[in-house]
Amino acid sequence: MTMLSLQDLDNESMIRRVFLGFLLCSAGLSAMAQFRVEVSGVGLTQLPIAVAAFRGEDAAPQKIAAIVQADLERSGQFRGIDTAGIALDENIRPDGSVWRQKGADSLVTGSVTRLADGRFDVRFRLWDVVRGQDLGGQSYAVTQTDLRLAAHRVADLVYEKLIGDKGIFSTRIAYVTKASSRYNLWVADADGENAQTALVSPEPIISPAWSPTGSQLAYVSFESRKPVVYVHDVATGKRRLIANFRGSNSAPAWAPDGRTLAVTLSRDGGSQLYSIDANGGEPRRLAQSSSIDTEPAYSSDGKSIYFVSDRGGAPQIYRMSALGSNPERVTFSGTYNISPALSPDGRWMAYVSRINGAFKLHVMELTTGNISAVTDTESDESPSFAPNSRLIAYATSYQGREALMTTTIDGKIRARLSGPGGDIREPDWGPFQK
Amino acid sequence: MKRLLCAVGFGLTVVLAGCSTASKLDGVPVEDKSGTPISQSTVNAAAANANSVAKSGVTQVDLGKSMQDGAALAGAKTIYFDYDSFVIKSEFQPVVEAHARYIKADKNRRVAVEGHTDERGGREYNLALGQKRAEAVRRALELLGVSDAQIEAVSFGKEKPSVAGNDEAALAKNRRAEIAYR
Repeated sequence: MTMLSLQDLDNESMIRRVFLGFLLCSAGLSAMAQFRVEVSGVGLTQLPIAVAAFRGEDAAPQKIAAIVQADLERSGQFRGIDTAGIALDENIRPDGSVWRQKGADSLVTGSVTRLADGRFDVRFRLWDVVRGQDLGGQSYAVTQTDLRLAAHRVADLVYEKLIGDKGIFSTRIAYVTKASSRYNLWVADADGENAQTALVSPEPIISPAWSPTGSQLAYVSFESRKPVVYVHDVATGKRRLIANFRGSNSAPAWAPDGRTLAVTLSRDGGSQLYSIDANGGEPRRLAQSSSIDTEPAYSSDGKSIYFVSDRGGAPQIYRMSALGSNPERVTFSGTYNISPALSPDGRWMAYVSRINGAFKLHVMELTTGNISAVTDTESDESPSFAPNSRLIAYATSYQGREALMTTTIDGKIRARLSGPGGDIREPDWGPFQK
Repeated sequence: MKRLLCAVGFGLTVVLAGCSTASKLDGVPVEDKSGTPISQSTVNAAAANANSVAKSGVTQVDLGKSMQDGAALAGAKTIYFDYDSFVIKSEFQPVVEAHARYIKADKNRRVAVEGHTDERGGREYNLALGQKRAEAVRRALELLGVSDAQIEAVSFGKEKPSVAGNDEAALAKNRRAEIAYR
């Protein structure tokens, strides 16, 4: 994907002070039906933004504006304003009063044009319609298969311009589906769309974990009638066995430097934590207990490992140094706290807590120890943070099926991710892509 | 599993006992293939009889015993556990004993003890719980003299329920360790 700044575009074509409405079939509807965004709670501040249909997108295979708007809404920080089918391209200076009247503070305009070589040129511009200011834009020349990626990049830039944090819409999520007795490991866009299969197996696959660069996935596969840990290069499909010791091998977690993984092995009896070189080799024992130790998760600075242990009689989350020393208990409320995930900014820990028999996603602010339940579902599993630390992906049960959701840290905005059907589980949110 | 056991190449009698439905031999009650383990009382009675016979100074050729092994092996490869428990209940001790005898009889036999849990809770934590069940059975086999080299304890966590559903009956069927010959 090549990228141009819109400064270049300005030279190509002067912005005309014209207001042009392109008639457009409601491109938004099909994309909007792909997911469901739930807003709860009061006192929510959301930026009202209008994303006008991109000129030419009704002839393109992807409806760019709808993808951009859905991304922004899922973040919880934007409220989409109905554009009433108005299409505007990036060269048109919009009439601010029209958009202010609709309640928008910002407006995205753009176009999709098929290039002579078959690629598509996606251009956009972001407007502050309150101040009448051009906030800049970008153009991307992409193949047809990267059109969604281009739309996600547009959403990323809009998000970054208006919120100040990097957007996560062009990142990827790995997840597993089970349909009859077939297990698929998928790599999908952060909205769950555009899923591509990385692995198909007749046996279960669990615990996918992205490497810090986003090029490899570690996971647990039962293809040899026992759990073993593979590292899988996503682009080439090459796999290497990194933990296939006697007993069970599971729960891979990458150190932030990408050189080692923490894993749970039972080779010396009991489920215990080890670190192992990302290229394989002899594991080094991290901790020794006579109880279950599992689900290691590195803090983003790489200095600590959080993990689950029942050493106190019930599963609780503990923290120790990355070398395995000085374990201390982190969760104190409840009798079943598992699956820690640490936010990249180091502020939050997401985990699952059993409350009156229901398994519920919780978030703990690490500095204060304050905890809050962020969902109203009862079978939450496998939380992982978006790389900007603002959203959490998790699995849950929804209308009797396994489903993937995202939520904001405060639980006020939750969205269901679409997927290829069947039971969908074990999400892991990948890092920012270079 | 039944097929597998037959393939393992047991004695013919035992194969019949284990794999056919109606093989009546010497009036010894042979469990059918419904999977019901030999009850504790039956085995205790047999053991008591054997002891009293031994005292009389006659060495008995105990066909019944090997048949019991066969029956236990064929019908009962599964040890069920209570919720959040890793204790092998006494009713399953005969199953473990039958497998122990069978494994010990041939040093080349390799067995995987596969631990499973019900569907409640996290996948990785359940994997660890299943491992604990598998290791409880492995230890029981080792206490009965099976070589550590012949057993591998592994876990499937909640990934391979034997019964669908989430009522207590289904959950109970899924909290188990299975003995699998490889």
